[in-house]
Amino acid sequence: MGCEKKSPWVIHYDGSSCNGCDIEVLATLCPGFDAERFGVINTGNPKHADILLVTGSVNEQNEAVVRQIYEQMLEPKAVVACGACACTGGVFADCYNVKGGVDKAIPVDVYAPGCAVRPETLIDAVVAGTEVLERKARGLAACGKEGAPWA
Amino acid sequence: MSAMAFLAGCVGFAVCAPVLGCLLAGVDRKVSARMQGRVGPPILQPYYDVRKLFGKERAALNSSEGVLVGAALLFAVVSGGVFFSGGDVLLSIFAIALSGLLFVMAAYSSRSPYAEVGAARECLQVLAYEPMLILMAVTFYLVTGSFDVSDAFVLDVPAVAFAWPALLGLLFVLTIKLRKSPFDLSMSHHAHQEIVRGVTTEMSGRTLALVEIMHWCESVLFLGWVGLFFLWSGPASVAVAVVAALAAYALEIAIDNNAARVKWQAMVAGAWVVALVLGGANVAALALS
Repeated sequence: MGCEKKSPWVIHYDGSSCNGCDIEVLATLCPGFDAERFGVINTGNPKHADILLVTGSVNEQNEAVVRQIYEQMLEPKAVVACGACACTGGVFADCYNVKGGVDKAIPVDVYAPGCAVRPETLIDAVVAGTEVLERKARGLAACGKEGAPWA
Repeated sequence: MSAMAFLAGCVGFAVCAPVLGCLLAGVDRKVSARMQGRVGPPILQPYYDVRKLFGKERAALNSSEGVLVGAALLFAVVSGGVFFSGGDVLLSIFAIALSGLLFVMAAYSSRSPYAEVGAARECLQVLAYEPMLILMAVTFYLVTGSFDVSDAFVLDVPAVAFAWPALLGLLFVLTIKLRKSPFDLSMSHHAHQEIVRGVTTEMSGRTLALVEIMHWCESVLFLGWVGLFFLWSGPASVAVAVVAALAAYALEIAIDNNAARVKWQAMVAGAWVVALVLGGANVAALALS
């Protein structure tokens, strides 16, 4: 196998941020940074996605949404927390309704720091995420849950 | 056409079309990237994507979805087999229509509102392109006196000399069939232009991989239809047809990158006007001459 590393399809969810990281995520996918060089495709569909990019913190309102998107994704999957708010809650950490970083709701594999997160950091994080995907795919194959008979 | 030729055509198509279609899709993405000033993914990126999809966790929504998509792929292969073994072009068109129908049924079987929107749009696309395809087959019949693809090889001049309006009409609906902008209503390759993911919203893993392989096969078949217009009894016949088909594909890539999606009304009206004017006039002219 090994194709998990070459074809990371991402889905982007904006939690509750200032939208700075959001815009950087979209900028990363635009021609200027050309994330498609690494096979990255932005899907609007959790069932097609391999990597979940979450920007912004998790709060009482969006926790269930983040969890549902995560649960709809199929293994192997990885989660990238994009930016300070997604990593720890950032400047919003002390707000009454903010629970903290994305890892308060779902398991996070890669933390991409920055306020706002830089596109270079994001590409780096997605490439790190592909290594998580590959590791998980090996694990799936070992326990016989993979999709293909030859995997 | 003998049964053996048909079977050989199907097997040959099932082996060759996914490979060629995969490379076409890879070139498409690379050329599109270059048109946008990007480096773009490797040529084999569509292959990596499908390999990855086959390795994903199995999570089909129901038991019929995978069967319907598998049957759609089967009929796409049958359609290609009929066409490339020199069989009836009309049968090829009907087999691919059946394949499209099964694909729509697979989307409807999920009962997902987003997939249903995609399925409804796919139906509209079928409604839009089907008249032109039938007229194309009729035009071909009027030129060669037969619906059989193999009879194109006995023509003194390529069919395009008499059927160029029908070819233009085919190029118009080819944009719909190849799922290119501005007519990629039911299922776009580009996110953020889509209601979740159109027809394939609920499809995942290996089912989605089969859809992708079906799309590769369809691309090869549709380009074969373009090539059909350039076949004649001369020795360079097939080479000219291949060059013409690739030129048509390049044209479609250029259109895809320079157009935004239109509303379905514009698509149906456009395709029908084209079918009526170009296809109808071509058939009328050939019938009267």
